[in-house]
Amino acid sequence: MSLKIENLHAKIGDREILKGLNLEIPKGEVHAIMGKNGSGKSTLAKVMAGHPDYEVTGGQVLLDELNLFEMEEPDQRARAGLFVAFQYPMEIPGVTIANFIRAALQARLPEGEELDAVEYYHHLYEKMDMLKIDRKFTSRAVNEGFSGGEKKRCEVLQMAMLNPVYAVLDETDSGLDIDALRIVSEGVNAMRSPERGLLVITHYQRLLDYIVPDVVHVMVDGRIVMSGDKTLAHKLEAEGYDWVEKEILQKA
Amino acid sequence: METKPDLNIDRSVGDFHYDVDYEFDAGIGLSEKTIDYICDVKKDPDWIREFRKEALRKFNSMPMPTNWASHDLDNIVFENIRYYLSQGTQPKRSWDDVPEDVKRTFERLGIPEQERKFLAGVEAQFDSEAAYSNIKAAVGEQGVIFVGSTEGLHNHPEIFKKWFGKVIPTGDNKFSALNSAVFSGGSFIYIPPGVKVKHPLQAYFRINAENFGQFERTLIIADEGSEVMYMEGCTAPKFETSTLHSAVVELVALKGAKIQYITVQNWSANVFNLVTKRGLAHEEAEIKWIDCNIGSRLTMKYPGVIMKGRKARGEVISIALAGDGQHQDTGAKMVHAADETTSNIVSKSISLGSGRSTYRGLVQIGRHLKGCKNNTECDALLINTESRTDTYPAITVRGKENACQHEASVSKISAEQIFYMQQRGISEAAAMSLAVNGFVNDLVQQFPMEYSVELKRLIDLEMEGSVG
Repeated sequence: MSLKIENLHAKIGDREILKGLNLEIPKGEVHAIMGKNGSGKSTLAKVMAGHPDYEVTGGQVLLDELNLFEMEEPDQRARAGLFVAFQYPMEIPGVTIANFIRAALQARLPEGEELDAVEYYHHLYEKMDMLKIDRKFTSRAVNEGFSGGEKKRCEVLQMAMLNPVYAVLDETDSGLDIDALRIVSEGVNAMRSPERGLLVITHYQRLLDYIVPDVVHVMVDGRIVMSGDKTLAHKLEAEGYDWVEKEILQKA
Repeated sequence: METKPDLNIDRSVGDFHYDVDYEFDAGIGLSEKTIDYICDVKKDPDWIREFRKEALRKFNSMPMPTNWASHDLDNIVFENIRYYLSQGTQPKRSWDDVPEDVKRTFERLGIPEQERKFLAGVEAQFDSEAAYSNIKAAVGEQGVIFVGSTEGLHNHPEIFKKWFGKVIPTGDNKFSALNSAVFSGGSFIYIPPGVKVKHPLQAYFRINAENFGQFERTLIIADEGSEVMYMEGCTAPKFETSTLHSAVVELVALKGAKIQYITVQNWSANVFNLVTKRGLAHEEAEIKWIDCNIGSRLTMKYPGVIMKGRKARGEVISIALAGDGQHQDTGAKMVHAADETTSNIVSKSISLGSGRSTYRGLVQIGRHLKGCKNNTECDALLINTESRTDTYPAITVRGKENACQHEASVSKISAEQIFYMQQRGISEAAAMSLAVNGFVNDLVQQFPMEYSVELKRLIDLEMEGSVG
């Protein structure tokens, strides 16, 4: 059982961004993708989630046995078990976090079944406590007026509540100070499970000190060009990405 | 009596229709004969017969206001409309006495159930007349009068005559003239001095017949220091031809009294809804209109408050949702006529598909006045590129010691927001509903609980139908 990305090609407008990407994340593992700005990391997350601006021009993504692209709507993919924590989460004015997460959970229930409100709040408060989110946040509108750190915590809260089978965390460390980084990482680590695969997209090795990956991949120009263990992340941090590109050129 | 279960259920809860036998039918078209028929059935006193006929003359002489309003008004064919339809003029005091064919309509709309749960009194109008009208004994014992307009006219002429037609003169506009000519039904409410009615009084207006015009007339008088909350709901089935609803509502809040008037209308898309609503607030009195306009083909409604006494306060909170093909032309009028009067207008409109929202606001503060304040906020939400919204504020503030502020905004629900919500597993339609509910959320919180739930459900239904 795995999240399997095979020869994925995708473009936005006329510009091809993913150029034959291959990656497999077995359940129970945490993988990291590192890469320079513009290498296509965020695009990968959005394409899997079904963002309407991107067009898939080749390849497939298998969510366990399910063909992701056979599910057209982003909400179908989400309900099938895919979660994306976004780099820039959207503000939804007037919609409280409590109502938003509740609507998302309700959407997963069979028609006619109602979410138990007491149980829901119990569960929500438990996760908020874990992420050290003030309970007053339940009545605040989703991401509206949140600091960068609050937004990221809110993304991880949603992930914890929705309990996905595979989650992609896109630059979850950006905008976090060291304390917030620790809290968010603890939240993510608490989600590690043999029943779940996680893909952490990041620019910096720093995050990977807290969320220690099983495998590190390097993305260059829309492809995974190198994979290794966590020491690869340290090497990238110390030496930058240039040597990766040189190595690829040499191979070519 | 034979009744055919002619059920025609749509996504909209009010869109069903049972056939009903009418005892009284004024027939099609409008003339002095129509008015005589109505007067005879209702046993109107002579002064009302004269009042109606004078109003008919005014109606006939006034042009359609299409120089500023929608030309869709020209599509109302007055000679094809039935102006009076009823099974009798006496409302029942018990649901058991309401004829079965009418009762099941209200049961289906949940009215008797709501009455048991949280209302101090209910009037349920079916086409031209109230089929049911009752208040809880405890409320009646406080001296509160809550009856239909006909009963008010017959049984309480001394109060009725003093205020009837005084807040909204017959010739205020073409449709107030029409209402004055053929009015029937609506509520007459009197709250004695110092009485604070704890639970809301509710009226429910149901149009059941095709080619029909409903012209209820409501008059609420809150005597000194009293308080009342009145709520009205409206529905009609969806017919091929258009239906006309043209009400006149007059409120009088005497010194220190408070009136809150809440409307949640859910007309079907064939209804022309052309309503005149105005309140007169005496010294330190407060009148608040909460107005939710959902459905209808064209709604034109600008609830107003005339602040006649010092420190009087007026407020209009309105939410309008213009679905595909609909036009919500709504707004507010605030006339400051005394010192230290304050008014507040908050208007939120949502336009979907080819729906169109128009806000018209009028605020007047005279030069001789001191310490008056108005705050106006109008926000529009557009859901796709076809939608249209217009704002026409007319603010006349004279005098140096008065203040007025106006804010307007137009926003859109972006594809990014919808995508974000969908990524959490929420369907596109549900995501739209959430965003729309979020947009009106701060206003909805001012509603009584039962009504905010109802409003949310109506918005959800409207959104469901509008997203492919």
